[in-house]
This record gives sequence, structure tokens and C-alpha cells, in this order.
Amino acid sequence: YTFTKVKLAVVGIGRQCVARRTLNAARAVSRGFASSELEEESSTSENELYDIIISGGGMVGTAMACSLGLDPNLLEKKILLLEAGHKKVMDRVPETYSTRVSSISPGSATLLSGLGAWDHIVNMRCKPYNKMQVWDACSDALITFDKENLQDEMAYIVENDVIVASLTKQLQSLSDHVEVQYRTKVVKYTWPRPYHMAESIPWVQVTLANGKTLHTKLLIGADGPNSMVRREAGIPTVKWNYDQSAVVAVLHLSEPTENNVAWQRFLPTGPIAMLPLSDTASSLVWSTSHQHAEELLQLDEESFLDAINSAFWSNENHSELVETAGSVFRTALSVLMPDSGSARQLPPSVSGIGPKSRVMFPLGMGHATEYIRHRVVLIGDAAHRVHPLAGQGANLGFGDVAFLTQVLSQAAFNGKDLGAMQHLLEYETERQRHNLPMMAAIDLMKRLYSTNAAPMVLLRTFGLQATNMLPPLKEQIMAYASK
Amino acid sequence: MFCKKFGRLAFGLLAESTYRCQSILKVSSDGRSVRSLCSWTVCLRHRHRNQLLHHTNVRTVSQTTLDPAEVRKFQAMASKWWDLHGEFAALHSMNDLRVPFIRDNLLNIHGVRHSGKLLTGLRILDVGCGGGVLSEPLGRMGADVFGIDPVEDSVRTAELHSSYDPDLRERVRYQACTLEELAEDEAEGFDAVVASEVVEHLADLDAFASCCQQVLKPGGSLFITTINKTSLSYVLGIVAAEQLLRIVPSGTHDWEKFISPEDLERLLESFGFYVEAIRGMMYNPLTGAWGWQQSTAINYALHAIKRKEEPQPDRVWAESESENLDEPHQARSYS
Repeated sequence: YTFTKVKLAVVGIGRQCVARRTLNAARAVSRGFASSELEEESSTSENELYDIIISGGGMVGTAMACSLGLDPNLLEKKILLLEAGHKKVMDRVPETYSTRVSSISPGSATLLSGLGAWDHIVNMRCKPYNKMQVWDACSDALITFDKENLQDEMAYIVENDVIVASLTKQLQSLSDHVEVQYRTKVVKYTWPRPYHMAESIPWVQVTLANGKTLHTKLLIGADGPNSMVRREAGIPTVKWNYDQSAVVAVLHLSEPTENNVAWQRFLPTGPIAMLPLSDTASSLVWSTSHQHAEELLQLDEESFLDAINSAFWSNENHSELVETAGSVFRTALSVLMPDSGSARQLPPSVSGIGPKSRVMFPLGMGHATEYIRHRVVLIGDAAHRVHPLAGQGANLGFGDVAFLTQVLSQAAFNGKDLGAMQHLLEYETERQRHNLPMMAAIDLMKRLYSTNAAPMVLLRTFGLQATNMLPPLKEQIMAYASK
Repeated sequence: MFCKKFGRLAFGLLAESTYRCQSILKVSSDGRSVRSLCSWTVCLRHRHRNQLLHHTNVRTVSQTTLDPAEVRKFQAMASKWWDLHGEFAALHSMNDLRVPFIRDNLLNIHGVRHSGKLLTGLRILDVGCGGGVLSEPLGRMGADVFGIDPVEDSVRTAELHSSYDPDLRERVRYQACTLEELAEDEAEGFDAVVASEVVEHLADLDAFASCCQQVLKPGGSLFITTINKTSLSYVLGIVAAEQLLRIVPSGTHDWEKFISPEDLERLLESFGFYVEAIRGMMYNPLTGAWGWQQSTAINYALHAIKRKEEPQPDRVWAESESENLDEPHQARSYS
């Protein structure tokens, strides 16, 4: 049957083709195996492959490590936190307050209490406040935020050191699968190719200053506004420097008072804020031009205190035009809505500053256009940096932590490769949707209040007064800021 | 997906049918017409008619079914399994449905033994594993996965991909072999068998069902995802997916080979399974994502459980055939 013979011959040729291709493929594969084995032998053993490495152990990085460590779906994963500084342990709270504080929103407080760190914070030191008053230096306009009955807490002022120490304490209880390396600096990151062929290692390689190389399936960059992870990954960032620096200090009040209001006044040079720390102490955050900030640091204590008090109390920036226009508008509004509106209160006067507590740092805005790459994700200030005027910087970071943990937990539950882009994209979309409007609003506020030109002043005066008279709008703003 | 067209040779029984068909038609380079005539119903009929004449050639060498053009096309694809935006993108995104489907049904049966690695202690066989797209997530969840595929290049790709991850290296093993070869060694060895996007590339489902029944422990689960045989699946699954939108390469699927869930359920029940769940799936080409849906008109997923006691196989198809063909036919199926 010649047909069969022909067919067999054709098939024979086909099989030879197959064999040749298989041989080529096998050669490529074995080359790949050889090179990968070499790489494995020379650089690391199996023990150095982590599931997740978090680079940066500040508030947000440590919170991320805790959050991942406590998640039930991630119990079998190897997690490592790398921090360049030393371990922050606080057995007893120091007498003096530290100068760097953060306003912790209820949403962040919920996250921290879920991590078990909130109890430590409350036991150490934290100050809830019930009301916030924000007013203009160029007019009488003001706005106050508070919860309905002034009994509920709006937010909390906590020192940054206290937060980090509480989270570190929680991390110690997770030491079986979350490892922390302090005093560890990273010198180089090597990125993997998106879908690996035979020759390359598919993991992120982290080279430390001590020469060791670690591999990880997912790298989380929590290394602050000058993030090395972001820089090395080549992620373009939209950023600019505000020509402002913030001066921070701890202030002692003239007399003890029920200190549960946060005060912020917008001067033409920048906002000055007084945040309660206790009944006798408050924290100062004064954002002003670089030059003025330096001058403030040079002043002796008395002059510095005078400057603060006059910044809060004096009305020298008021102009007649604006005052008249403002009061007319206020009368008109009170006709429409007789019940709303509030009297302007003045913050407590200060009579002393904490020892050696005046410092300044520059301010800027930054936003990474992408929060993720293959096997890399940015959280906290590495992804977004804001002006402190709204007290939202730390809260945005904690929001990142909560959502990223949720995304990674679900991915692990579905057996996915943790570094895969699909679920990281979900994180990026959701967080950018939340962060960008907030950052735009903060930037807008900063620019709006940086001038004392009459038209802008009138505009913001009317705007502020109108907003103050609309409780639903204020509630919306507070809800958004509390997330 | 389309590597599974070589599931034919996996079961070796198409050998006689194509042999028969090709003796009737001339071999054309248009594989499609050959394949469409080699639908399993047609082949069965051919087999019965010619069985007396060609009984000795039943076990014709399987390499007569190797089509060099198909093999070449497939070899080129063997390295593309892990390109998430390449030809296999739809398979990768199908994991979002099939992995939870398998995981949840197995957990319902076996209970949660271990938090973190939920499927620890379960042995799963992935038939037609290709590059390991489905085997890896199952392995990450703690199961002991054994993936088989007749195409060696795919198995090499799968092994290479899982070799970097120490977790997977221990959990997931691959072998280039056929289900029949495996069924001889591994009787009642597996807690679950997964045959995702495989059944529509096979010629003889009876042999497949029988082998599955052999390798599964009593009470073990069989998970199948495949395509329904309806006019809608022709329009969307073949015309739209292959020719218009190019979601899968042209020529991947043959509509004649699709099987409806009712037919598949009947078949499985005749082999000692009871079908526990059937759910419809739908691919959204705009988002590239799969979703569950009420209708099983296009894609569907099926979960069957092997009955604990061995029933008498009752061959519905044999009713239409003459009596004396039954015994040799049955004997061959179980050999």
C-alpha cells in the first residue's frame, strides 16, 4: 500500500524535524540551567530567597511588615524588613516630647489597633483632639471642624517615635516568619525581566552594603521621599520643591488648659499650626520661607515665642477692603442660614519651648507616576509626599498599607505569584484614585493661601465662610480625611 | 490550549480512526477538514464498521497521527507559555476562575487542614498541563501536583519555570507522558484530577473518563473546564475568538469536538462519577477577564466526584449497536 509508505515517510521526516527542534530547545534549556545553577551557587543559597522584602523601616514600612505578618493567608511566607537605622525600643516614654509628630486619623487608628500597636501607643503617649480651627491671617474668615457633640475624638496627635516603637514591639511577637535586619543598607537593586527565559533569575536581587545578595519575589519600597527603590526602578516622579521649610518645636503653654483643639492659621508666608500634645504642651509646625525659617532658628527663646504668639494673634495683615467685604458676606450668609457660623477663638499663648527642640526641614510635593513595576511596589512617602498643612502624609501611607495587605492576602489565597502585575495594578489604581485628589487639594490650598493679593484673599474668604456655614460639606471633608 | 490537540495521540485510539478516515479521503493539507471528519462520533461509527476487517491494526503505532505542520506550530509556542500578554493570556486570566473553583470545592470536601497552605496533603493530577499555568497556583497552595502533557517541550518549559522557586520545586512535578501510560502505574493515587481545556481536543472521551476513574481515589474529584457545543459557542468561540479577535490562534479549536455539559455529565455518570456542579464561564475580550455566568452556552466548568462503590458501567451508546459488537468494544475500552 504505497499510500501508507508515503505517509510513513512524511511522518518520519516530521519526526526528525521535531527531534531537531527538541534538541535545540533542550540545548537552550540546559544552557539556561547551567547558567542559573552557576548564579545560584555563586550568589545565594536557597535560604536567601524571600517572598517579600520591605525596604525601609519607618512608620509605614514597619506597619507594612506587621500587617503582612499578621495576615492568615500569608503565614507561610518569608518576610524581611530592611532598615538602615537602629532598632527603636522605648521601654519608658522619655520625659521630653520629640518634635516630629503626626496627626493620626480614625482610619489609621483602626489599622494600628488591628495590628495590636494602638494599645502600646495609648499606653505610651497620645493626645486625641476634638476640634480643629483653621483661619486666615488676611481676613476674619475661619472654619472649624468638629464632631457632632464635641465628645468624640476627631483625630490623634502621636509622636512618630512612639508609633515606630509600638510597631517594633508588635513585630517582635511575629519573629518566626517576619525577620528584621537593622543597620542594613542597600547599595544596589537588580530587576528581573518580565517573563523569564532560560538565562535569567526571575527574582529581584537586593545587594547589601555588607556584600550579601538577597532575592525576593516582591520588593516593597517604603524608603521615604527620596526613595532609592523608586529611583533605581526608573519610575518617573512629578515633584517640585515648595520654597518653604517647616520649623518644628515643642511649646509649653502659659497655663494648663483642656488642650483638645488643633489650631492652624494661614499666614501669607505659610501656615502655622499648633497641635496639642498634653494639657501643658503643644507641638509647633510653622511652614515658612527658607530664609524666615533660618531666622526663626537663630532667634533667642523670647523673641521666638513672641513671633509665635503674634503670628497667631495679630491682625496686621487685615486690609479694610477685605474686612468690610468679609463682614458683609458673613451677614448675608447668616441671614440665609442663621444657625451656623462660629465665633473665632484664639489659641492658648505659649511661654516656653522644649530644650533643644527647634529644627527645620524642607518641604516639597512628590508623586510617583507609577506605584508598581513587575515585582516592585511603592508605599508611603516613596509614592507620594505632601505638605504637612493637612496632616495627611502619614495617613495616606497607612491607607496604602491596609489596601496592599488586602490585595496580597487575596493573591496568596488564590495561589498567585505575589510579584505578578495583575493584583499590584489593582492596588495602584485604587490608591491613586484616593491619593491624587487629596494631594491636589492640599497643593491647591497651599497655593491659594500663599498670597495676600486682594482678589485671592476675597475669593478664599468667601469660600471659607461659605464652607463653614455648610455642615454637610464639612462632614464630607472630614469623612474623606478620616479614611 | 491548542497543545492539547495532541491529546489525540495521548489516547492512541484515534490512530485507527484517522487511519480509517484517511483511507477514505485523500490526505489534505487543510487539517481542518480531516479533523472535522474525525469527530469522535464519526470515528466510533467507522471503528465499528471496520472493526472486523482491521481488528489486528487496533494498536497501530501512534506516530501516524503526528502531523508535522501541527507539531511545528506547537513547538514554536512551547516557549510562550509564560508570556502573560502572548497567545496564552486568556489561559492565565482563566486562573482567576478555575483556581478558586478547584480550591473551594476541594476544601468543601476535605476541610481546611492547614491555614496558609490550604491544600496541603492533597495529590492533584493536572492532565494536559502545558506550561504549568494551572499547576503552579495549585502547588503554591500546598498541594502535591503532578502535571502531565504529551508534548515534551511544554513539560520542559514548565519544569524550567518552576525550578527557580524552591516552594514549587518540591511541590510540583512534571512528566511528558500520556494519561493512559500513567493510569497503569497510578491506580487510585490521586485526590483530584484536573483537565482544564483538554476535553475539547480529545477524540475518545470514553478512554479519558475511564483513565480518570482509574487514577482517582474513591470520593476523589474530577475538574473539567471546556467549551459547549452550541451555535453560540461556534459564533463566539470559533468565529469571534479565532478569526475576528484573535484571542486564540486560528485553528486551535474544532467545533465538532466540543461537548455539551449534558453529554459530558451522561458520559461521566456512566463511568462511575456523579456530577456535583456545573457552572458557566464567559470571557470578556475588552477587559481580558473571565467571569462566572448563569448560562453554560459557551464555556463551562464541571466538578464530578468518583463514586465510592464501583458501579456496573452502562454504555448508553452501545444500545444502538448490535449485540455482538458490545463485548469486544468494551474489552478494548478497558484494556
